[in-house]
Amino acid sequence: MFVRLSIAVAALSLLSSAALAQGAKLTDPQIAHIAYTAGVIDINAAKQADSKASNKEIKAFAKDMERDHEAVNKQALDLVKKLKVTPEDNDTSKALSKQATDKLAELAKLKGADYDKAYIANEVAYHKAVNSALETQLIPSASNPELKGLLQTGLKIFQGHQQHAEHVAASLK
Amino acid sequence: MRLGHHLAMFVLLTPGAMAVPAHAATIQIVMENLVVSPAEASAKVGDTIEWVNKDILAHTATAKNGDFDVAIAPKTTVTSVLQKAGTVEYYCRYHPNMKAVLTIAP
Repeated sequence: MFVRLSIAVAALSLLSSAALAQGAKLTDPQIAHIAYTAGVIDINAAKQADSKASNKEIKAFAKDMERDHEAVNKQALDLVKKLKVTPEDNDTSKALSKQATDKLAELAKLKGADYDKAYIANEVAYHKAVNSALETQLIPSASNPELKGLLQTGLKIFQGHQQHAEHVAASLK
Repeated sequence: MRLGHHLAMFVLLTPGAMAVPAHAATIQIVMENLVVSPAEASAKVGDTIEWVNKDILAHTATAKNGDFDVAIAPKTTVTSVLQKAGTVEYYCRYHPNMKAVLTIAP
């Protein structure tokens, strides 16, 4: 349990360390790419949970994640189109994707209640880390007010997800 | 116009409407950017709540005490008639950080 959590947290803290390593302020095209990538990662995790989870509540939670993150990402795409911003791949996005791929592979090896527990623990840790990155890095760095606004709404949504995940995790015990 | 339509529906669908006060009101509660407003509302048994979800996300108005659980799809409005008195704390099941209170007088 502790090992799994620490892996998840390490993966997520990469977001801030990779961003810091760049040494420069993130640009709006980079921020848009990171936010979109973070959404895709949770959608992929949800899809895996939809097929692997055994607990009804976990399955329902995964469906909620898929629905919400798809809606937010659609809104993000509409916004970048409107602003004529082309999301730009960057080291933070790459690090996030790599860690997420590793995490999915790790979760894929688990079954039944072990999988359910690991998935929901990772959802708590993942949302916590994304929220912290939004608060300390992405929102302060965003220049365009509409992009900033979308990230701020995103933060409220994902704080809701974190609480929801915490409730579900607590109900498994 | 819209209000009149909802009230008409309410009367049509509730033959027992005679039992509720004739002055039953419609109260609007809006969910926008994950905020419920007003966060504290007062109503009476028999009143209609018009739940307006302006977000792109599905929300619910779920009473902590189980008195009601209303699902509101993105960008839609759902109405429900209050059946029971009490001070009811409610939240969104999908985003539990959305919280509000509805005080329902008998």
